[in-house]
Amino acid sequence: MTALLSLDAVSKRFRGLIAVDRVGFTVPEGAIFAVIGPNGAGKTTLFNMIAGAVAPDHGAIVFAGRPIHGLAADAICRRGIARTFQLTRPFPALSVEDNVTIGALLRRPEVGAARERAQELLHRLDLFDKRRRIASTLTLPDRKRLEVARALATEPRLLLLDEVMAGLRPTETDRMVVILRALNRESGLTILLIEHVMHAVMALAARVLVLDHGTMIAEGTPETIVHDPAVVQSYLGAEAV
Amino acid sequence: MIARLTTGVVRRSTVLLALLLGALVAAPWFVNDYLLTVLILILYFAYAGQAWNIMMGFAGQLSLGHAIYVGLGGYVAATLFVRFGVAPWLGLLAAIPIAAAAGAFIGFLAFRFGVAGVYFAILTIAFAEFARIGFDHWDLVNASSGLFLPVREYAHNDLWRLRGDPTMFYYVILAATVVAFALCRLLLRSRVGYFWLAIREDEQAARAAGIDTFRYKMYAVMISAAVTAFAGVFYAFFYNNLFPEQVFGISRSIGIILGPIIGGVGTLFGPILGAFVLTGLAETLNSVMTAFGLDLPGATQVFYGICLLLVVVALPDGVWPPLARRLGVAEDGK
Repeated sequence: MTALLSLDAVSKRFRGLIAVDRVGFTVPEGAIFAVIGPNGAGKTTLFNMIAGAVAPDHGAIVFAGRPIHGLAADAICRRGIARTFQLTRPFPALSVEDNVTIGALLRRPEVGAARERAQELLHRLDLFDKRRRIASTLTLPDRKRLEVARALATEPRLLLLDEVMAGLRPTETDRMVVILRALNRESGLTILLIEHVMHAVMALAARVLVLDHGTMIAEGTPETIVHDPAVVQSYLGAEAV
Repeated sequence: MIARLTTGVVRRSTVLLALLLGALVAAPWFVNDYLLTVLILILYFAYAGQAWNIMMGFAGQLSLGHAIYVGLGGYVAATLFVRFGVAPWLGLLAAIPIAAAAGAFIGFLAFRFGVAGVYFAILTIAFAEFARIGFDHWDLVNASSGLFLPVREYAHNDLWRLRGDPTMFYYVILAATVVAFALCRLLLRSRVGYFWLAIREDEQAARAAGIDTFRYKMYAVMISAAVTAFAGVFYAFFYNNLFPEQVFGISRSIGIILGPIIGGVGTLFGPILGAFVLTGLAETLNSVMTAFGLDLPGATQVFYGICLLLVVVALPDGVWPPLARRLGVAEDGK
């Protein structure tokens, strides 16, 4: 498998605090890759650098063979990376369908075609029946699904999911896992996810990277990660083993 | 084009719009000269409000200095007419690019350097003030003594030179309002319209969805400025005089935005309804006061203030959205 995304010694400092310190890893095309770690480990900062919301201070981010570090968020999305926000950011006053249509308009300039694509995705994410609802009236789980649908509408090669399982009930988590697996299997979509719900990580990810205080403390398959002493101590806690 | 204009229109709203348009077309036969001037004023505000609404209502960029585009439009066309005898419709071909260029300049400065929200609004006021002061000292346009268009007897209406009686002006501004309404609807239903709404709702999320927000905000300012320029041309030729203080003043900018705010920011029909409500009520108030022999300077402004206050408190989305629901013609989610 060829590398779709690779990070090399990427660092970001906020005033005195080193949020991300020389992190490097490679996500192969078609993989599902997870980043875990305690709160404040630098996961979201890492995501924001990949998605172009903030620029890294040092290091290189290469996507599909071309460097993308320092590009603006919209340019990175057009290159083929779509992201969700941990604190969901729908277009609040617009309908669910319009939210997703806007994403689809990136690759399909015709409104009719974009709307059709949006409806397909709303079906997939179990939101079709709520398509006429105003986005601000949705419950948190529905908003998480809407984030995913809007991101998918931009037809990414790489999907960045920032804690889409957080706040979901176990049955909803399982449903999301099924949806993401299907997307990955059918279209070869590469997925990079930040996740706290270990159950979902174990079910989805082929590889897991563990961050703590901005540095990588482990990387490997989910099975090896959960037995890694450093990971257990810093993040999972003894009872997890 | 035509298909896109009419798709998704509730049958009832087509009927209501047709009735309104019919009434407006027939109006000159039934109203006296005074009422006709009031209707012209209403349509002028409806038109300018539509133009402003493109920027604020659709793309979420608050301009409090839209008078600059009115003034530029008016001055360019009037100067060309007075000094070189250029007909206003040809003058419009110069006025529109100049207003759009001014919008592009202000927009570029603001959006390039991240001036947003209230700071952007203040910047727009500043530029309108620059223009006011600049024109106040510019001899080519007669500086502060004002630019006057030659007024001749209305022997016959000259549509090409926009010289004629109020009825002609009424139909000109009515046609312009209809065109602006159709243009706004087309824009709102197209890719650019959706991207504007996304920027208005959440700019960061819009960028994450791949939207080049700088570019689309520039489109909004330039289109809005271009559309507003015609309001200025109309103003100049209808009133036959231009004073920098009047056309570039902050009160003109505020006058433009009151209609859409009362009617409903971001809605298609709000600016039109708002102009009718506001100007209609203000003129009614005037005639009532005249009838009772009252002379209270500033009463209209106080009245505007009260209207604005009532709408902001009671109907924060404007008068149109709840009315549209009542009539069963809601503009689906927008």
